[in-house]
Amino acid sequence: MTASPAEPARAKGPRWAIWLPLAIFLAFVGLVAIGLFKPADHTVRSRLIGKPMPSFDLPPAQAGRKGLSSATLRDGKVHLVNIFASWCIPCRVESPQLGELAKAGVVIEGISVRDSADNLRTFLSENGDPYAGIGADDDGQVQLALGSSGVPETYVVDGKGIIRYQHVGEIRADQLAMILQKLQEAAL
Amino acid sequence: MIAELGLAALWLAAALATLQLLGGALAQTERGGALAGVVRPVAVVQGLLVLVAFACLIYVFAVTDLSVKLVALNSHSMKPLIFKIAGAWGNHEGSMLLWVTVMGLAGGFVALIERRLPERTMLATLAGQAFVSLGFYAFLLIASNPFERLSPAPAEGQGLNPLLQDLGLAFHPPTLYLGYVGLSIAFSFAIGALVTREVGPAFARAMRPWVLGAWIFLTLGITAGSYWAYYELGWGGWWFWDPVENASLMPWLAATALLHSVSVLASRDALRIWTVMLGVVAFSMSMVGTFLVRSGILTSVHAFAVDPERGSFILALLAINIGSALVLFALRAGTVSEGERFAPISREGALVINNVLLCAILGIVLFGTLYPLLAEAMGAQVSVGPPYFNPMSALFALPMLLVLAVGPMLRWRRDTFARVGKALVIPAMLVVAMGIGLVVFAKVALLPFLGLAMGVGLAWASVLPLRGRNLRRLPLAVWGMVFAHFGIAVALIGMSSESAFSVEKLVAVEVGDTTQVGPWKVRLAGIEPIAGPNWTALEADLAVIYGTDGAPTQLTPQSRTFWAPPQNTAESALLTRWNGQLYAVLGGEADDGRWQLRLWWKPFVPLIWIGGVLIALGGLLALLGRVANDVRRGVASDRIADRREGQRELEESRS
Repeated sequence: MTASPAEPARAKGPRWAIWLPLAIFLAFVGLVAIGLFKPADHTVRSRLIGKPMPSFDLPPAQAGRKGLSSATLRDGKVHLVNIFASWCIPCRVESPQLGELAKAGVVIEGISVRDSADNLRTFLSENGDPYAGIGADDDGQVQLALGSSGVPETYVVDGKGIIRYQHVGEIRADQLAMILQKLQEAAL
Repeated sequence: MIAELGLAALWLAAALATLQLLGGALAQTERGGALAGVVRPVAVVQGLLVLVAFACLIYVFAVTDLSVKLVALNSHSMKPLIFKIAGAWGNHEGSMLLWVTVMGLAGGFVALIERRLPERTMLATLAGQAFVSLGFYAFLLIASNPFERLSPAPAEGQGLNPLLQDLGLAFHPPTLYLGYVGLSIAFSFAIGALVTREVGPAFARAMRPWVLGAWIFLTLGITAGSYWAYYELGWGGWWFWDPVENASLMPWLAATALLHSVSVLASRDALRIWTVMLGVVAFSMSMVGTFLVRSGILTSVHAFAVDPERGSFILALLAINIGSALVLFALRAGTVSEGERFAPISREGALVINNVLLCAILGIVLFGTLYPLLAEAMGAQVSVGPPYFNPMSALFALPMLLVLAVGPMLRWRRDTFARVGKALVIPAMLVVAMGIGLVVFAKVALLPFLGLAMGVGLAWASVLPLRGRNLRRLPLAVWGMVFAHFGIAVALIGMSSESAFSVEKLVAVEVGDTTQVGPWKVRLAGIEPIAGPNWTALEADLAVIYGTDGAPTQLTPQSRTFWAPPQNTAESALLTRWNGQLYAVLGGEADDGRWQLRLWWKPFVPLIWIGGVLIALGGLLALLGRVANDVRRGVASDRIADRREGQRELEESRS
């Protein structure tokens, strides 16, 4: 390869090549301008709405009562799935609202995250027990699969097991009507 | 009063930047030289004025003048002084002012000392610098005045977030900014050279120290940022291909390519167009990176720096600055005469390949970073992670390492492999031996396997340019190259070893239990609650023993709870040995009184950052060598000029 120094490393490309960087740059500006001025919802929750519940089968969190599996959520009824834990302070704050909803006939399924049976019993006796069943998510796997960012978090799931609404954080008293509205919409 | 002084200084600096732009631009026309004489002094004064403005901002932060809105929003009277001062640039407006301050100072410095270029090119360069600065001045003065008053002044500021009181966090962004802004000077030189078609060795020599300096800061910034993420986030990883990390990596890749091509242009007068192009691209990448981080257009772990509205302003700046530079490039590049020619097998040829590969990696990182945006524009949400970045960048990085081993041995203009082949026998044998060793004694994935084998060979090959040279007389720049290339090999070995040999263990242990991770015996001796100034923590007392013998060392990872704002963090504990690091994180308590411990043994992982520091050190040696050369040359030419002057006077006096 002792070629004569004939070809320069930068061969004379076609004339348009010189405009290529500008074209790439303009494409970049166009792309980010779209991203900037038509802001899509960046949050995780929007991705779950309209999607089926991931499949899971959690054992009961307390002896002698129901656990929770994704099959239960496909039984044709609308469910409210509440992720909670005894160690979570906002969960105490929302418990009266869950009680109200249960009184109104809403089926509430619980997923108790990284909890112990003793603590859970104390929690339920102090704050009331609105749950039809409670699944024990001891390693938080289901919580992760749901893309939940923390506890409490509540999902409205329709009769086919499709997530229709996700509520991040505790349900406050003034949000009860809204939650009931979402439940009715899911029943249609 | 001080805030108003700062604002006035900022307005004046902006006015002077306008004058600098006009003067520099008019000097390019046939009869417009009238303002040419003021451009250099104006650039110097502009730099000083913006420095005054920045000093005023630091002052109002240091004394916590809460009648200034920016201070009230971002500071607090109870903060330690050092964090009050760092708070001045820890926010959007302040960081933009820091940016334009560094730009102004650098521009003034160039105006003061750079005398090698033709004056017209110099004026065009300063006009270019003023053009870029003006965008930032407009941004500050119109859209986000850092000195805006707040009336009535609040009793206390809102910025007492203990989590942000971290020295690393305070000084990491300015380090990167120095790098970004140093590249702005390279950009302006490229503009000046394009405008006057003076793309040659003089231009390259003027530009080189700035590229080197910027590159050193970028290297250090990236290395420090990576180590910070490693010990602070507690995930055991050191690089996440996070958009913010990529935003700092892309200018570095472009600057690395520029650094090499500018050397070819300086010493061989080849690669003219390519160097100018990279000068534009490197600074473009700085601005693109800043835009991506500041606009919040890509969600990332660094989300604290996010503000969508300001994004559009930076985007407009970006479009104007880079767009016009690229138009100028397209219009002028065809008319810049071709540089010196060279054979494919030559030092230049190797540097061209290195440049192309670096640019390919840059393209891959840019594409991967922007791909989520592209997908979103088409209605899908995706995230791009290591499964894309690792193999794709390795595809181009590995051939680049080959070039890196051979290139420095080649002669300029034309060479043969036969001449350098003999010297490369030993490194090649090292690669093979390491490869065989790995196959026999360990089961390693492909990428780390290649990384380890090539890393060892490269480490040897990188010092070969010293062979047969008088080490005491060797130019500093050559030492710099050797250090930097050796640093690349060291970092590569660290990265590959980390990914090949890391042992991870997640265990639940009772107090008194012992567990084994890699060669370490780890005993949980106790769990103690402790209290800090604004947090409480559970601290594990781990007694760790390496191998079978020796006294145990204490390691104390914590699980911390801050109360303002409430937040849990894991404070990892690290134990460094010559051959690796033990990394321990304390998790939660399980039901039965056992404690979760996450342990990693990461053989040779510190080499990653040692390599990074070596690379920066190499840059520093090269910079010192170049500057010393320039100074010597300057002194010499002054002396020659003096002698001539003396001669002339002598002759005149005789006649």
